[in-house]
Amino acid sequence: MANPDITTETEVLRTVDGQPLKAALTRASRRARIRAFVLVVPLLIFVLLTFAVPIGQMLSRSFTDDKFSANMVELGKWFDANGAATPDEAAYAALAADLKTASEARTAGSIGTRINYEIPGTRSLFTSTARRADRLEPPYKEALLAADEKWARPDIWAAMRSASAAATLNFYQAALDRQIGDSGKFEAAPENSRIYVKLFIRTFILSVVITGLCLLLGFPVAHLLAVLPLRHASLLMILVLLPFWTSLLVRTTSWMVLLQGQGVINDVLVSLGIVSEEGRLQMMYNQLGTIIAMTHILLPFMILPLYSVMKTIPPSYARAARSLGATSWTTFRRIYLPQTVSGIGAGGILCFILAVGYYITPALVGGADGTLISNQIAFHMQKSLNWSLAAALASMLLAAVLILYWAYDRIIGIDNMKLG
Amino acid sequence: MALPVYADRLERIWYYTYRVLCALIFIFLIAPILIIMPLSFNVEPYFTFTPEMLRLDPDGYSMRWYDNLLTFGMAAPDALRDGSWWADVWANARWVQAAKNSIVVGFFATIVATVLGTIAAMGLSRPEMPYRKLIMAILISPMIVPIIITATGLFFFYSDIGLSGTYFGLVMAHATLGIPFVIITVTATMMGFDRSLIRAAQNMGAGPVTTFFKVQLPLITPGVVSGALFAFVTSFDEVVVVLFIGSHEQQTIPRQMWNGIREQISPSILAVATILVIFSICLLAVVELLRRRSERLRGVTPA
Repeated sequence: MANPDITTETEVLRTVDGQPLKAALTRASRRARIRAFVLVVPLLIFVLLTFAVPIGQMLSRSFTDDKFSANMVELGKWFDANGAATPDEAAYAALAADLKTASEARTAGSIGTRINYEIPGTRSLFTSTARRADRLEPPYKEALLAADEKWARPDIWAAMRSASAAATLNFYQAALDRQIGDSGKFEAAPENSRIYVKLFIRTFILSVVITGLCLLLGFPVAHLLAVLPLRHASLLMILVLLPFWTSLLVRTTSWMVLLQGQGVINDVLVSLGIVSEEGRLQMMYNQLGTIIAMTHILLPFMILPLYSVMKTIPPSYARAARSLGATSWTTFRRIYLPQTVSGIGAGGILCFILAVGYYITPALVGGADGTLISNQIAFHMQKSLNWSLAAALASMLLAAVLILYWAYDRIIGIDNMKLG
Repeated sequence: MALPVYADRLERIWYYTYRVLCALIFIFLIAPILIIMPLSFNVEPYFTFTPEMLRLDPDGYSMRWYDNLLTFGMAAPDALRDGSWWADVWANARWVQAAKNSIVVGFFATIVATVLGTIAAMGLSRPEMPYRKLIMAILISPMIVPIIITATGLFFFYSDIGLSGTYFGLVMAHATLGIPFVIITVTATMMGFDRSLIRAAQNMGAGPVTTFFKVQLPLITPGVVSGALFAFVTSFDEVVVVLFIGSHEQQTIPRQMWNGIREQISPSILAVATILVIFSICLLAVVELLRRRSERLRGVTPA
């Protein structure tokens, strides 16, 4: 390899059976690569099937909802032909025909639900008109307006037009607090119904606060563990690992017990006379509860990466700095801290990623203002049943997490992830 | 880290302050877990220490919440405690059913995750593995992606293909969540594995299967077992996916706890929590022993 000319000038090296050595080596290494790959294939297929495909399907759901388009065929045709034109008699005739079909097929409820996502309070418009659809006579415009004059509203027609196609970006608009206004165009929702952007910002801020607290509490502990003799350190390590291995629900329950109005912490404070019986602190069902409990739960994820980095830092560097005249503060700031940056990065990103997607703890101790974006996704999945909006919110959260994951991989490398 | 002899007064003060701070943080870490243990023996249905408990009066303590775990959901809880009473417990008690479900699902999910994960980790730790980083990133992503997203995706997917409410679907989902832990622990063990041992075995005429079972597996067993324990704990502690895809009958311990906490938190929850803490102490001990064994096998001795 040192001198490539040799092979071209002299005879090509060959294996025993006469093949060029280079070709034989290439083939052997390809075979080795395939063999390694074959070992991974079963798991890869498994994870794709049980993880990647479901999430991909969820992403596609965030763009589609056919509750309206599948059931309102005639109106869909009219929209295809006329677009955003002002609805004429033909449009109202199509609407009446579709409502008749819907009333027979009992689909008016789900049609109305779809439009209700865009303009709250319109579901009953569809169900009540569909109930009387049989009695509608031409001219349909007058008949429908007589049934309910809301049918003249341009925003309802705009909502029906955008819902007449199954594929839509409306759920992302909704997830960004935008809705169809009176003019029929998307605009920012009124101040009091903007929730999602605020919720994303709150999730972000709370995650930053929790990650910061974890760093603040985790750094000294990790340092202590790294510099103590191994015998003592491994005893103290149990105090870090036990919470790590303990069920999440157990830890959340403990915090509920501690933080309650009639809980242990308040009782201690009252008996010490720090707070009065009436002035018991409200530490749960608010942001404080979320922050305290989640900091406790994520702290091991900060301590463990920090510890594994700090253990590799030779103490002689700090001693050298001291002997050259640096104060202990300078030694820490200029010598020790820079060497721990990779651990801070690993622990910080890991904590942040986990915090952003947290569901259980905020749901139990967060109350109204301590919940995160995950809780809103669960709300739309289980209570409001607006699954496409849930999927859109989940996709946005997923995008944020994947960017962080990519950053983690670039900065630390996934192969360096360690547990315990 | 002894205090150096040249430390000045300020450094001495800081040295002790620092120790105190660390002690406080350790208390923060461990106290919430320990505090529920005595409270689970409270006679009263309160979540705080009664004056009797503080006086260590035996009347302040009782096993009633543990007893409640057995009797809750039974057909005839007040009957004489003979063989048929225990049969009733086994067949009807809610928490016992939940424990059975959790153990069955956890067991099969662990088997799937460990077998597939270990085989894949063997491939991933080979130096010639193509697209190593990308594949690793995909396989670890179930741990990183928020659980609510996974659960949402599975909810849609399973209702389309008719797997929701089945044990099979639940096992598959939990196996997926456990796989990253198996991959991480087993590849970490494999990294320290001396590959020349494989060549030596092959030199002496062992086939790939014999080499795996006689040479590789014994050496990586500690890693495999701790990966399996991680996978089991992940499944055993999982609530969100069960809530989304599990049927009403598929109550697991975490789901039962979740319902209990949301509806009416009773000290029974603390009794379950105490049992789970003891369970995790045992697991931690096993993992620690395995780690030591692995280090011994690889010739790394703790200083």
